[in-house]
Amino acid sequence: MTDTTLAFTHGGPHQLADIGIVHDGPAPKRIVTGYGFWIFLLSDIVMFSCFFASYAVLVGQTAGGPHGSQLFDLRSVAVETGCLLLSSFTCGLASIAADVRNERGFQVAMAVTCILGLAFLALEGREFAGLVAQGAGPTRSAFLSSFFALVGCHGMHVSAGILWLLTMMAQVFAKGFRADILRRLLCFALFWHALDIIWVAVFSVVYLLGSAV
Amino acid sequence: MSNQVQEMHDHHDVAPGDEDEVRVGPRLLGYAAGLGLAILLTAMSFFIAGTDLVWQPSIPVAIVVLAIAQMGVHLVFFLHLTTGADNTNNILALGFGLLIVFLVIGGSLWIMANLNHNMMPMDQLMQMQR
Repeated sequence: MTDTTLAFTHGGPHQLADIGIVHDGPAPKRIVTGYGFWIFLLSDIVMFSCFFASYAVLVGQTAGGPHGSQLFDLRSVAVETGCLLLSSFTCGLASIAADVRNERGFQVAMAVTCILGLAFLALEGREFAGLVAQGAGPTRSAFLSSFFALVGCHGMHVSAGILWLLTMMAQVFAKGFRADILRRLLCFALFWHALDIIWVAVFSVVYLLGSAV
Repeated sequence: MSNQVQEMHDHHDVAPGDEDEVRVGPRLLGYAAGLGLAILLTAMSFFIAGTDLVWQPSIPVAIVVLAIAQMGVHLVFFLHLTTGADNTNNILALGFGLLIVFLVIGGSLWIMANLNHNMMPMDQLMQMQR
């Protein structure tokens, strides 16, 4: 960073600084990587908004089948939410541990994050299996198709996130806190926190509004 | 010269998720505050969804407002988005993303409600096809 800054002050931008425009040169790789991943996350959120739109349009089309208020178990949803919120917190702890180069703390925080994510997936899988067992599978009505598509898509994201988490634990174990590994960790933390934001929308719109109305 | 370099360091961008603080204490406190607020807001929405203490038609509005508040808490405390000058790019991208999200969801609901409103009731339609 300092090298590029010094190099640039000898060249053209030196004059620009006189009229108040300061050029740092190219942004550090960490900034570029984080920003690019942020754009990906926003496009992912736009994709989820399509699933939300289809759910909102189809929520009343039950084809004589059960409504959400007859199907959803809010207690299980509350535990799932708690798991994801806590996992977001422990993921934050892992980022702090990585920034202070505390490998043991990092691995422990990531392991706890992984266990909480797996608990979330287990609860969601149990809920889906229960719905299918009582004849409310995705083929029952348009409402249930859109429900399984939306909630299942979030669940697949969590599964992918857990695979990524385990990869990061292995990479830190094998390669240590190199600069490229730290950039991947930044992206993983962004991904995990963004999944939490989407879950907030899911439990509010699907489960709470579904059983309140 | 060194003054100028110092000034340049003050203008650097931050990546989304980045924090300026390197010390552990304040960052830990930030995550803990975010977790506390998120749990509080979640508990409130779950409580409001099941209660009959408030006027019933207000419940969906309250749940939506609490959800938006909680997303804001997550963005600020976990993703570290701020209104600072170094975060302008991240905020602009977020703003554009939100515009698309509202167009997709609002537009779908609007169009489908309009179609439903203008469509003949299903039983009449079925009779016409016979």
